[in-house]
Amino acid sequence: MNFDFSDDQKQLRDQARKFLAEKCSPKAVRVVLDGKAPYDKELWKGLAEMGFLGVAIPEEFGGAGAGHLELCVIAEEMGRANAPVPFSSTVYLAAEALLIAGSDAQKKKWLPAIASGEAIGTLALFEGKGNPAPKNVKLSAANGVLNGVKKPVPDAAIADFAVVAARTGSSGRDGDISLFLVDLKGAGVAVKSLTNLDPTRGQAEITFSDCKAEPLGAAGEGWSILTQILDRAAVLCAFEQVGGSDRALEMGRDYALDRIAFGRQIGSFQAVKHMLADMYVSATLARSNSYYGAWALSTNAAELPEAAAAARISATQAFQHCAKNNIQVHGGMGFTWEFDCHMYYRRANAMALGLGSLSYWEDQLIDRMRKKNAA
Amino acid sequence: MNFDDTPQEAAFRATARKWVEANAPKELHAELSKSSLGRIRLAHHDIVDVGKAWQKRKFEGNWACLHWPKEYGGRGATPIEKVIWQQEEGVYGKLTQPFQIGEGMCGPTVMAFGSEDAKRRYLPKLASGEEIWCQLFSEPSAGSDVAGLRTRAEKKGDDWVVNGQKIWTSGAHYSDYGLLIARTDPNVPKHKGLTMFFLDMKSPGVEVRPIKQANGMQEFNEVYFTDVVIPDSQRLGAVGEGWSVSLTTLMNERMSIGSRLATGVPEMFEFCSNLMLEDGLAIDDPAVRSKLASWAAKSNGLKFTSYRTISALSKGERPGPENSIGKLVSGMMLQDIATYAMDLQGAAGVLTGNDEETVQGQFQQMLLSSPSMRIAGGTDEILRNIIAERVLGLPGDIRVDKDVPYNKIPTKGR
Repeated sequence: MNFDFSDDQKQLRDQARKFLAEKCSPKAVRVVLDGKAPYDKELWKGLAEMGFLGVAIPEEFGGAGAGHLELCVIAEEMGRANAPVPFSSTVYLAAEALLIAGSDAQKKKWLPAIASGEAIGTLALFEGKGNPAPKNVKLSAANGVLNGVKKPVPDAAIADFAVVAARTGSSGRDGDISLFLVDLKGAGVAVKSLTNLDPTRGQAEITFSDCKAEPLGAAGEGWSILTQILDRAAVLCAFEQVGGSDRALEMGRDYALDRIAFGRQIGSFQAVKHMLADMYVSATLARSNSYYGAWALSTNAAELPEAAAAARISATQAFQHCAKNNIQVHGGMGFTWEFDCHMYYRRANAMALGLGSLSYWEDQLIDRMRKKNAA
Repeated sequence: MNFDDTPQEAAFRATARKWVEANAPKELHAELSKSSLGRIRLAHHDIVDVGKAWQKRKFEGNWACLHWPKEYGGRGATPIEKVIWQQEEGVYGKLTQPFQIGEGMCGPTVMAFGSEDAKRRYLPKLASGEEIWCQLFSEPSAGSDVAGLRTRAEKKGDDWVVNGQKIWTSGAHYSDYGLLIARTDPNVPKHKGLTMFFLDMKSPGVEVRPIKQANGMQEFNEVYFTDVVIPDSQRLGAVGEGWSVSLTTLMNERMSIGSRLATGVPEMFEFCSNLMLEDGLAIDDPAVRSKLASWAAKSNGLKFTSYRTISALSKGERPGPENSIGKLVSGMMLQDIATYAMDLQGAAGVLTGNDEETVQGQFQQMLLSSPSMRIAGGTDEILRNIIAERVLGLPGDIRVDKDVPYNKIPTKGR
């Protein structure tokens, strides 16, 4: 059994960590947090130069052609650094959608542009409240013309293109949904930024008015493709969440060692130690589940749906738990804008909703376990 | 990343599998497979008798305590080979229950601190199951604070004379030997006045009494010592070094890997899949699904954490600290699951008999037994301290009794 990343992959992780420590300090994250820039353009450029944006994109489409295990270790570091760039929407959602369902021409047009940092992409799925479900997709597509509103769409205000879920039928079945590829700089698209929990990753509303769009994948296959995209993104996001959990745990640990109260390090009080030990437990469970997700993702295993849901649940819970308790360990200082704790708290809670809520994924896990047990 | 054996591991597995197939007591397979949550129910056999028979056969086939050196009854196997063996031994591994404390804790301590004569005399018989060992550490007033123990050993000539009481000793009633930690000097601080011994459990003055537990069962014992004589040749480590010897024993306990801890998740999933509530199957209820999914994700997390440990062993590396979370997570989960299963049973949940509605009372039994999972082998709180101090590097607690002679420390309670 070799249930671990290879030495090369670990080296890549170290390289990413070093790069992000240099280029993505909390100070740099705060430029975006404070609304002085929509995202960190310099960092985005640097990520492209390092080959991180296209690490899982095949060489024929301008990527490094390394694979998804390599992408997982980079994702972990992106989460650890709280990177204020549209990495998840572009790389986990848009690029994965193109890899799964794109025509050769579509891949040729967008994938090299993603890898080089020239194009930002996203997935426009949600229409207000609710979790991923065919019935929640109301935006209509008739003869390749889209009409309707999507929100929240991650990073839409800075994106060049979007994969859009649209309704092409009314049978009440999954086959009613089709995917489209839309150039967001084209006609019939209006984008409005929305305020959100985590300003280091923007959210926006897109209104499509008689917007011409090209199909992505076969008509009526939209929901099945979306399910695959969400599963793959769930694993990749889980690695970001694992990285964020570890960082929040470290911050709490370091503060507990540093802070003196009642004449001693607060980390010597069992109430604080046990809180940190519980954070370690959550983070460890999340890491192990995410490793299994990484294996399933990289080998395209039949276990991917179940592995992705378990990784998603475990990593969501861990990041929320660690980010929340990190503030608690910090006490009053943890509730200041000046300390970085709230950046992880914001990111943890925003990420918990991005691909559908925790209860949605809990539901998915049970369905998938039953399916496996029945088989 | 893969789940495959290396060629050497695959060859070892094939050998082990072939041997198990040819030698295992297949007539017990069905009953052992059904035994869940750490309870072994054999209708017509005593676990010690069938356990001894299986252990002896393993010993003869060179599969007992296989990670021990050959000269002491083992096979000289690597840690990963031991894991592979456990996987192949499968449900028959449940028969090794009476020998686990000997193999996992007493044997390694004798190996580390015993004389060559003692190692050759005792270890092969421990490995073959001919002699069973127990561990005599906990006392009524020394549980988590085991270094506060009171049992006295006083030097008389070449012997030691022991008086005192131990508690929570698994298997004392069928054990031949015991690993005993006792206080040999009460005038120095508590950690410094301890010494480790082993003794014949049939020695005059040793009295074993079963404890009736909170769940109504009797699995542990109290052991009383009245003027029990132990020859100095049965001392392990130097006089006053008992604490550091005990750390070796406990470290071995925590290193034991691959013995999958029960979480209750498979039982709960099965239960919810079949239970009809007012509005349909329990597993279709959103509240049930939410809890079940969280537990399943945790249980998977434990499984894959053990895979990470096994992978480190396979590469010949020291496993990381991640394995330390197992008992902490599974103990709490068992208790939570039991409570919720009974909640779903409604009023009938109170019944502990063999009722259809309560699935033979398995969750009721789990509820009553689960507190021990959170206490035995290190309480949840001690485990959190260990994680906080050894993994996260947080400071130890301030110990008010650290530099105080043992006999000046105030005591109360048990």
